Amino acid sequence: MNDTRKNANRRSGLPPGDIVYSILTRCAAGAVLLIAIGIVISLTGNSWPAIQKFGAHFLVDTTWNPVESEFGALSSIAGTLISTVIAMVIAVPLAVIIAFFLVELAHPILSKPIGYAIELLAAVPSIIYGMWGLFVFAPYMADHIQPALQRWSGDFPLFSGAPMGIGMLSAGIILALMVLPFITAVMRDVFRMVPSVVKEASFGMGSTTLETAQHVTVKYGFSGLIGAVFLGLGRAVGETMAVTFVIGNSHDISLSLYAAGNTIASTLANEFTEAAEPMYISALIELGLVLFVMTLIIQVLAQWWIGRTQKKAGAGL
Amino acid sequence: MVDWADTEESGGRLMTAMKVRNPIGRKLLDRTVKGLSVGASFLGIFFLAWILMEVTNRGIAAINWDFFTELPAPPGEDSVGLSSAIVGTLLMTVLAMVIGVPIGVLSGVYLSEVARGTRLANGIRFCINVLMGVPSIIVGLFVYSILVLPMGQFSGLAGAVSLAVIMLPVIARTTDDMLILVPNALRESALALGTPKWKVTYDVVLRAAKTGMITGVLLAIARVSGETAPLLFTSLNSVYMPEGLLAPTSNLTVTIFNYAMSPYADWQQMAWGASLLIMVSVLGVTIFARAAFKERVK
Repeated sequence: MNDTRKNANRRSGLPPGDIVYSILTRCAAGAVLLIAIGIVISLTGNSWPAIQKFGAHFLVDTTWNPVESEFGALSSIAGTLISTVIAMVIAVPLAVIIAFFLVELAHPILSKPIGYAIELLAAVPSIIYGMWGLFVFAPYMADHIQPALQRWSGDFPLFSGAPMGIGMLSAGIILALMVLPFITAVMRDVFRMVPSVVKEASFGMGSTTLETAQHVTVKYGFSGLIGAVFLGLGRAVGETMAVTFVIGNSHDISLSLYAAGNTIASTLANEFTEAAEPMYISALIELGLVLFVMTLIIQVLAQWWIGRTQKKAGAGL
Repeated sequence: MVDWADTEESGGRLMTAMKVRNPIGRKLLDRTVKGLSVGASFLGIFFLAWILMEVTNRGIAAINWDFFTELPAPPGEDSVGLSSAIVGTLLMTVLAMVIGVPIGVLSGVYLSEVARGTRLANGIRFCINVLMGVPSIIVGLFVYSILVLPMGQFSGLAGAVSLAVIMLPVIARTTDDMLILVPNALRESALALGTPKWKVTYDVVLRAAKTGMITGVLLAIARVSGETAPLLFTSLNSVYMPEGLLAPTSNLTVTIFNYAMSPYADWQQMAWGASLLIMVSVLGVTIFARAAFKERVK
């Protein structure tokens, strides 16, 4: 009698603690979903007036005229892409050879603190990079690096114009510095996962360290390299403060990397609180939407890639 | 006996097929790249050292007792401090923690303990990954439209919410990753004793993953306390001591931005001081969190 009642109790419901537990965790997970959906809805909703007014033309128009309420995103999109490309061109090879050094060359006594220091670069807040970039690095660029580049490259159009320090190139270099630790960390893990038997086989054939890295380690870790690049891309595209400090905030598109430019994030940071016109605000939020879509594409591609290689690795190993 | 002529010949054929390369050239290239990689690593450290030194050198001059106790003043005045900004940043970071940590941990628990392997969990995990990649300035725009617009004013609350939104996916992901490492045998033995599920999670699973999670939470806090972009259009800034979180709230990072962009040398000096304070606290928490985690590994 007593037993059946106990059983019925057990079947009829969970302990009250478990009900609360289940509700709370579900609510929290729901909140995550809600935020993700909320970002899409709020950005689309608030940029709707601008989307209706400018249509697809917004994406290819270079006008940015708050007075006349005429807005086009091309200069910001171009600036975002150019600064990101500069950052990746510098950071990816650098990260690969740093990871190579940390895994293949350096003694653990050296490798650990150096790896740690590189990782600390990621912990430095964006605004500190901005301060350092504006007051220390940009003047140094203007005085030393930019004139030297000009002398060395002749009249190359990418390095033409007055060396002011601030501008697209400086922003790209600082971005490179900021994404470097993320890419290095992933590459280091990837290189570490290469089985030593494979490497030893290569050494046994008489390969040098470089040849082993080139033909074995990097080939083995190529998919990881792509993943690391995606990670860096995602970071670089949306980086705001450091770029805002050094890019110069101009809405002109220039061929020269010495010229001031803007990115989507820097335009938002600079202009959003000053915008009073509803159409101005709406256009800025549409810029935000464009940036969000860019990061979303990068994320989806990255996850697709990781999923693909995981499946492949699972089948192969 | 080995037929030397024969092996040499076949070796020769093999060599032509594989293209003979000058060993000196190969070794030279190898040395060069090794040298480059050493150089690149030291370049990274050089930049870190350069940043740390400049910020310290320029910031230390602004730091004195007044810096922590006095209110901001117009440029040109003698005794100026950033007490209101320090208090504002602390308040918003703590509030962001109070909002972000429980929701983050609970959603991580959901993914790992409640709905592991289900489609919904995978969908939410995807959302978390996407949210982790969303630039912080977009989070600022989002909170602007859900809190600042309806309330009609910028507020510290909105600032704290935007920081919490940035923290949330990081903590959820860390929790998820850490809880999945907890061996199933632990859960099963607790459940076999008749322990309710919530107690298994709370007393067994979370306890086993405690160190890793604390590290994750600390790193997330360190990260958001240095954030500027999401605060630009949520908490805005103010020169007054915060009296509540329903008005624009003074904070260090936006103050750095405003002061640095101003033409006044003494404001720029204050910006360096604030940068030093932010940098030391963020790096301090980060290093502490990692050191604590290392002990567990030992």
